[in-house]
Amino acid sequence: MTRTLVGWLQAAPLALILLCFLAAPIVMIVIVSFWGATEYSIYPAFQFDNYEFLFGSEVVWRVFGATFRYAAITWALTLVIGFAVAYFLAFHVRSTTWQIALFLLCTIPFWTSNIIRMISWIPFLGRNGIANKTLIDWGLIDAPLEWLLYSDFSVILAFVHLYTLFMVVPIFNTMMRIDKSLIEAAYDGGASGLQTLWHVIIPLTKPGIMIGTIFVVTLVMGDFITVRFMSGSQRANVGRLISNDIGLLQYPSAAATAVVLLCTVLIMIAILLRFVNIRKEL
Amino acid sequence: MEKRSPGFYLLAAFFALFLLFLYGPTITIGILSFQGPQGGLTFPMNGVSTYWFRDLFQEQAVGDIWGAFGRSFVLGLMVMVTTVVVSVLAGLAFRKRFFGSGLLFYAAITSLVIPSILISLGVGLIFNQLGLKVHWATSGFGSQLTWTLPFGLLIMFAVFNRFDKSYEEAARDQGATSWQTIRYVVLPIIAPSLIGVALFGFTLSYDEFARTLLTSGSYNTLPLEVFGMTTNVTTPVIYALGTLTTVFSFLIIAVFLLTVWILNRRRARLGSDAGKGV
Repeated sequence: MTRTLVGWLQAAPLALILLCFLAAPIVMIVIVSFWGATEYSIYPAFQFDNYEFLFGSEVVWRVFGATFRYAAITWALTLVIGFAVAYFLAFHVRSTTWQIALFLLCTIPFWTSNIIRMISWIPFLGRNGIANKTLIDWGLIDAPLEWLLYSDFSVILAFVHLYTLFMVVPIFNTMMRIDKSLIEAAYDGGASGLQTLWHVIIPLTKPGIMIGTIFVVTLVMGDFITVRFMSGSQRANVGRLISNDIGLLQYPSAAATAVVLLCTVLIMIAILLRFVNIRKEL
Repeated sequence: MEKRSPGFYLLAAFFALFLLFLYGPTITIGILSFQGPQGGLTFPMNGVSTYWFRDLFQEQAVGDIWGAFGRSFVLGLMVMVTTVVVSVLAGLAFRKRFFGSGLLFYAAITSLVIPSILISLGVGLIFNQLGLKVHWATSGFGSQLTWTLPFGLLIMFAVFNRFDKSYEEAARDQGATSWQTIRYVVLPIIAPSLIGVALFGFTLSYDEFARTLLTSGSYNTLPLEVFGMTTNVTTPVIYALGTLTTVFSFLIIAVFLLTVWILNRRRARLGSDAGKGV
């Protein structure tokens, strides 16, 4: 009896914070998504106008499509890069000290500012940037490439730059728990390096891949600032729809878009969580 | 030692490229922030100077960055302390099953995966409708916790998954109360991991943008201030600010990592000599 009470007391602060700053805001957004708005104010109502507009607009459908596309491309790239990096760290680096040092080198950028890391790409990708200058010097192109900055290319580059760590860390974590004798057994049984990778290592790494996927997909789906900044406001995703509506004080419309986005993300996560038990994998 | 395979060299080269990709841009703006007074946003360098750094220290040059830095720093400390305390408590709670533990766990996961702008929007709307003023230390503080607490909780899961319960049993067998067990046995053992939680708490708060966007009120935090600058500042002063902020982040990370390292060394030195025949 007292043990249950102690457990509740220990969990209470977390529960209280999540209630006030997670549950209540979600409820509020759902409520406001049914409200109406004039040019400068919002008023309580119960109408489906916001949703009707949302689902009836071809632009919105296209923007959702673009958001999925960003998520899919970023996911594929971060997975391949993250897997290779984690594989190198886990199976090729032999001393633990080096492993820790190189792992830290990979994670440190995560603790620095995303916005500044985005700004850092400007001198590299700009019209007169390092990339264009180098390519011209090498004689590969005659005129500067215009699509390097403020394009889908730069948006995805920034996503990969910012979020690959979220793949590296969980995949590395699961790889470190793989019993090395299983790999030896595969080799002893006559498996080639690729066969071992495909039939032993990748299946055993799946939980890490799933956790990384959850992070990358949700971060890209919910993003608005990377798309806005790296595309120079020329591309759109769902997050930008919401932030544009907020900028125009159209909160009900923003809330309706937010509800649809949240449902989409939660459904995707619910599916992914069926493949992995997060608490066990940490 | 076994001979290195060709695969090793291939992956090592890939890894080196990845590090270059991670750090290259940061190093580039580090160099460019030393542009001469006439220099632009890209190479070539137009002389070398500390002009743009000095520009940052002149009050009216660009917004209120020092005020913003102060607010971000204080907010980071508030979020850090709260994250550590709340995560440890919740971590302890989750070691036993309690009614509602599943629900709370999924709430924490939702908090992690929910698009940040939703928190910003929702909290902003609530404060608006209640007639409260949004402020970085109230609404901004709470919004940031929804981002740092799940990380803290996940770290605590990782810690307690590896925790050897026999230490606690030993303490109880010696007659320690449950509070004494936590204070003198559990907390000292998990202390280095708490530094990790603190690092997450501080840095995630210090760099957070989306969750503070609509919840910080009339006084900006540093990331908001920096973002504001990107739209109207077209001189290397923004690189100078970026470089300073990154250096500050590196310093903070170094302090935390050093603390963990010292704690671990101390533990190795003062650890038990049981079974070593001393």
